[in-house]
Amino acid sequence: MADFLDGLQYLATVALPALLAAIPTTLALTLISGAIGNLLALPIAVARTSRNPLLWVPAYCYILVMRGTPLLIQLFFIYYGLGSLLPGTWVRHSWLWPYLREAFWYAVFAFSLNTAGYTGEILRVGLNSVPHGEIEAGRAFGMTGWLIFWRVTLPRAIRIQLPAMVNEVILLLKATSLASTITVMDIMGTRTDLFAQSFRTYSPLLGAAIIYFVLVFLFTRVLNWVERYLNKDRLAPVAVVLPAGIP
Amino acid sequence: MNPNQSVWQMLSYGDQGWSDELLHGLWLTIQISVCIYLVGFCFGLVGAGMKLSGNRLLMRIGDIYSTLIRALPELLLLFLLYYAGTDMARSVLVGLGIAGEDVQINAFAAAVLALGFIYGAYMTEVLRGAILAVPKGQIEAARAYGMHFGLRFRRVLFPQMMRYAMGGMGNLWLNTTKDSALIVVLGSLPELLSATRNAAAATKHYAFFFFIGGLLYLLITVTSMIIQARIEKHLNRGYRRV
Repeated sequence: MADFLDGLQYLATVALPALLAAIPTTLALTLISGAIGNLLALPIAVARTSRNPLLWVPAYCYILVMRGTPLLIQLFFIYYGLGSLLPGTWVRHSWLWPYLREAFWYAVFAFSLNTAGYTGEILRVGLNSVPHGEIEAGRAFGMTGWLIFWRVTLPRAIRIQLPAMVNEVILLLKATSLASTITVMDIMGTRTDLFAQSFRTYSPLLGAAIIYFVLVFLFTRVLNWVERYLNKDRLAPVAVVLPAGIP
Repeated sequence: MNPNQSVWQMLSYGDQGWSDELLHGLWLTIQISVCIYLVGFCFGLVGAGMKLSGNRLLMRIGDIYSTLIRALPELLLLFLLYYAGTDMARSVLVGLGIAGEDVQINAFAAAVLALGFIYGAYMTEVLRGAILAVPKGQIEAARAYGMHFGLRFRRVLFPQMMRYAMGGMGNLWLNTTKDSALIVVLGSLPELLSATRNAAAATKHYAFFFFIGGLLYLLITVTSMIIQARIEKHLNRGYRRV
């Protein structure tokens, strides 16, 4: 019992404040990688749906590799692999170097590429499921190929796949905890630090669990709201109240 | 180990090269993944059963299980369950007087149970959806024939729900093989990623070995995808393709 209370006191006075201070790092990892990954996913999905083998084969391989290997090994490959090769190249003396000395940017790089693979596949399905009649309608209006893509196909594909894309961001938020394995001081990294300082196993883990749970909950809420806002024309009416006088 | 070895020396089989370590790691990863998957399937069946039981307390417990586990990062849960599991097992064994204070809990079993418990939560949702997709009339017909629960489950519910569960379970299998790599953070089992990291650290050829390790994981994935397509075809025999 005394042990338990002691652990609780440690959690409240030491662990939680330190873990809360790490939230911005986790959020930055998620939002920056999410933004870059989603932007990269677009050309990948377009290439994947192309009929030209020079485009769809590389896109297919990219998606297969990103979805077919563990994120952790991708992270290690980029951090340890590229991290050990880059200092011998031109990068050492370029403007990129200040960024590439920090594990944080390697993590962002790895997470962006990974999310791009997963979201690329989601968008591919979306692009393929746009109703044909809508594209024909665009053509009937005299729109050119690109205009149809920007005004009809793409917005429609994104809306169709919005729930899956939103889900992907939440998975990314959870996956950023892997950055702790390459010394990034996010929530999970801070937990490792607290463990090393105090040799307490459970208090830092429980603190981190509480914070991740709240973050995931809030993310789900906000993203669901965004989803509903963007898809509001597609929602079924909740209830139709007939005006009085209609039989 | 000499850091200036050639590629072929590094990949040779035996004490000069790393092929044997990597292949053992690959084999251990496959074994671990299969065990995690089976444990996860059991937890998933129990979880889905609880969520569909109609008993309020059981439904609540099943709900908390699947929601809480799916909302937290796997890495964090692995630490939490691994430490809590080994601590609990140790205190039970010591408390019952079966083992002394210096008892070591099997790392393989602890890691498998921890990840199996996590995957059980994902499996719960897949199986719950699959059970709900089986037409209710089928169960009622089985009941009308006087089949008891075990028979009803074995002959009617299970074969039909597996058809619906296949897609989700296939994805979960792929995720299991990939998430088994998380075990590297525990540092207690020489599975594929651990073996890869050891090889990379010893030779300093990080990019090379993580590339090779990635290829081996890709091998598991691609093989699994081919087998999955076959199983799906088998389960869908007797149903016309729409």
